[in-house]
Amino acid sequence: MKIALCIAFVTTMASVAFATEIPQSERRSGYSFMSADTKAMQDEDTANPGMLFVLDGETLWKRKAGSADKACADCHNDARVSMKGIAAHYPAFEKALGRPVDLEGRINLCRTNHQQASPFAYESRELLALSAYVAQQSRGVPIAAGDDPELAPFVEKGRELFMQRQGQLNLGCTNCHDDNWDKKLAGSAITQGQPTGYPLYRLEWQSLGSLQRRLRACITGIRAQAYDYGSPELVELELYLKSRARGMPIETPAVRP
Amino acid sequence: MPSALINVPKKAKRGDIIEIKTLMSHIMETGYRHTASGDVVPRDIITSFTCRFNGTEVFRADLFPAIAANPFITFFTTVTESGKFEFEWIGDKGFSETAQASITVE
Amino acid sequence: MTNLDHTTRRTFLSLTGGAATLVIVRPVDATTAMLSAAIRNVVGEANVRTGKVKLDIPPLVENGNTVPMTVSVTSPMTAGEYVKSIHVFNEKNPQPNVGNFYLGPRAGRAQISTRIRLADSQKVTAIARLSDDTFWSATADVVVTLAACTEEAI
Repeated sequence: MKIALCIAFVTTMASVAFATEIPQSERRSGYSFMSADTKAMQDEDTANPGMLFVLDGETLWKRKAGSADKACADCHNDARVSMKGIAAHYPAFEKALGRPVDLEGRINLCRTNHQQASPFAYESRELLALSAYVAQQSRGVPIAAGDDPELAPFVEKGRELFMQRQGQLNLGCTNCHDDNWDKKLAGSAITQGQPTGYPLYRLEWQSLGSLQRRLRACITGIRAQAYDYGSPELVELELYLKSRARGMPIETPAVRP
Repeated sequence: MPSALINVPKKAKRGDIIEIKTLMSHIMETGYRHTASGDVVPRDIITSFTCRFNGTEVFRADLFPAIAANPFITFFTTVTESGKFEFEWIGDKGFSETAQASITVE
Repeated sequence: MTNLDHTTRRTFLSLTGGAATLVIVRPVDATTAMLSAAIRNVVGEANVRTGKVKLDIPPLVENGNTVPMTVSVTSPMTAGEYVKSIHVFNEKNPQPNVGNFYLGPRAGRAQISTRIRLADSQKVTAIARLSDDTFWSATADVVVTLAACTEEAI
C-alpha cells in the first residue's frame, strides 16, 4: 500500500509542469518546518550539539599548523571581528582558480597556501569545526552569495544542475524543493532546501555535516550517482542554493531532523 | 579533542534551586551497528556522568547506548555556598573528561 | 498484522530513500521479559505504582536518534523525604535500559532532562525511587517516524 502511495507520489511529481522559483515572500528556512522540540535544540546554545563543533573550531583557529607554523588567528586575528559576515558571501569567486570555492574550500586553500599544511579531508571533524566556527560569526547576517558578477556563469550552472532530472527516480532538486515544499515525503517535511544553517547538526547524522554532504545524500536519494566531495558541480549547486536564499539570515550551526 | 558545554548561573542566592545543563561531545556508538561488510562496530559510549560541588557528589547518572550522541543532561541543585562544580564523564576505551564551573553566592 | 505493516514500511523506505547499498540492520528487540528483568534489577520485589512521576516526551518524533525527554517527580526534596533516583527504560531498543539518574535531597527539584534514542515506535517507562523505598512510574507511547531520505552512516 505504501509502495503504491510512493509510486503515485513520484508520478505526481513527474507530471508537474516545469518548475517555478519560490517567490521571495514565500521563502522559508528549514527551521520553520521543524517540531517545537527540534527548534528548542537550535535555539539555545547549551542545548545545541553543533556548538560543540564551534568550540572545537575556536581552538583550531588559535592553533598553529603547517610548516609555516601559523594559526588562522595569526593572520585573521579575532574571528569574532574578522570573520563577521564572511560566510554570507560564500561560495565566493577565487581568482587564482578562475572558479568559485565554498567556505570549506577556502579554509583548505588557506591551509595549503598560507599555513603550508595539508588540507583537511571533507567532513573531517577539523574542517567541520573550523567552518562552523567561521560561519557562526555570521549568525543572523543575511546571505549575500552570488553578487560578484564573475560568479554569474557558475550560478547559472548550479541552477541548471538544480533543475536537471537525473537518477533512477528521474527527479531534479526542483521537483521537490520548488514544486512540492509544502508537502511531505513519508513522515518528513519536504523543505525548500534553503541552505541557511550549514554546517549543521542533523539528528539523522548525529553529527555536524556540510552542505555538500546533504547534497550528496539528496542525490543518492533520487538514486543518481553523487558528485564527489569538492567537485565543481557540488560547489555550483551550493552557489546556486545560496544565491537562491539571498537575504535569509544565517543560522549556523543549525539543527535539523 | 572532546568539548563540553556547561551552563551554570554565575551568581545565585543562598538556597536558590538552580538548573545545570551539560552537553558533552561523544559519538555514543551503540555496539549494535554493522558496517556494510557486516562487522559489528564496537560499543563506545560514556557510561557514567558525575557532578560534584566542592568535592561532594550532587548528581550522578549511568548512561546506556540509548542515550543520544553528544549526551545532553540537565538537573537541579540547591545552592548552599560559593564554590566549584566539577563534572566528570567516564566511558569505554578509557574515555575520561572533566569540566568545571564556578558559582558565587550573593 | 503489525509486523507485516512494519516490513512494508522498511521496504518502502529502502525503495524511496537512501543509498542503493542501504543495509537495514534490525537487531533483536528488547523483549518484554528483558524489560521486566531490567526493571526488577532496579526495584527488586517492590511494587511499582503509577503516579507521582511525569514523563515528558514528544508523542511523535521526527528522528529516533535524538528524542528529548524530561522526567519530573512530585515529591518534597527535604532531608527526610526526597527522590533517590530516576530510572528510564524502553521497550524495543536492543537493550531495555536508557539511563539511571541519582539525586538527593539537595537537588531541590526532582527533575532531569536528556536526549535518548528510540529504534522504533514504542513505550518508554520512567520509574522513581523515593527515600521511603517506594517506587512510582509513568509510561508514554512514542511514535518514531523515519526520515524519508536516509543515508548509510558507516
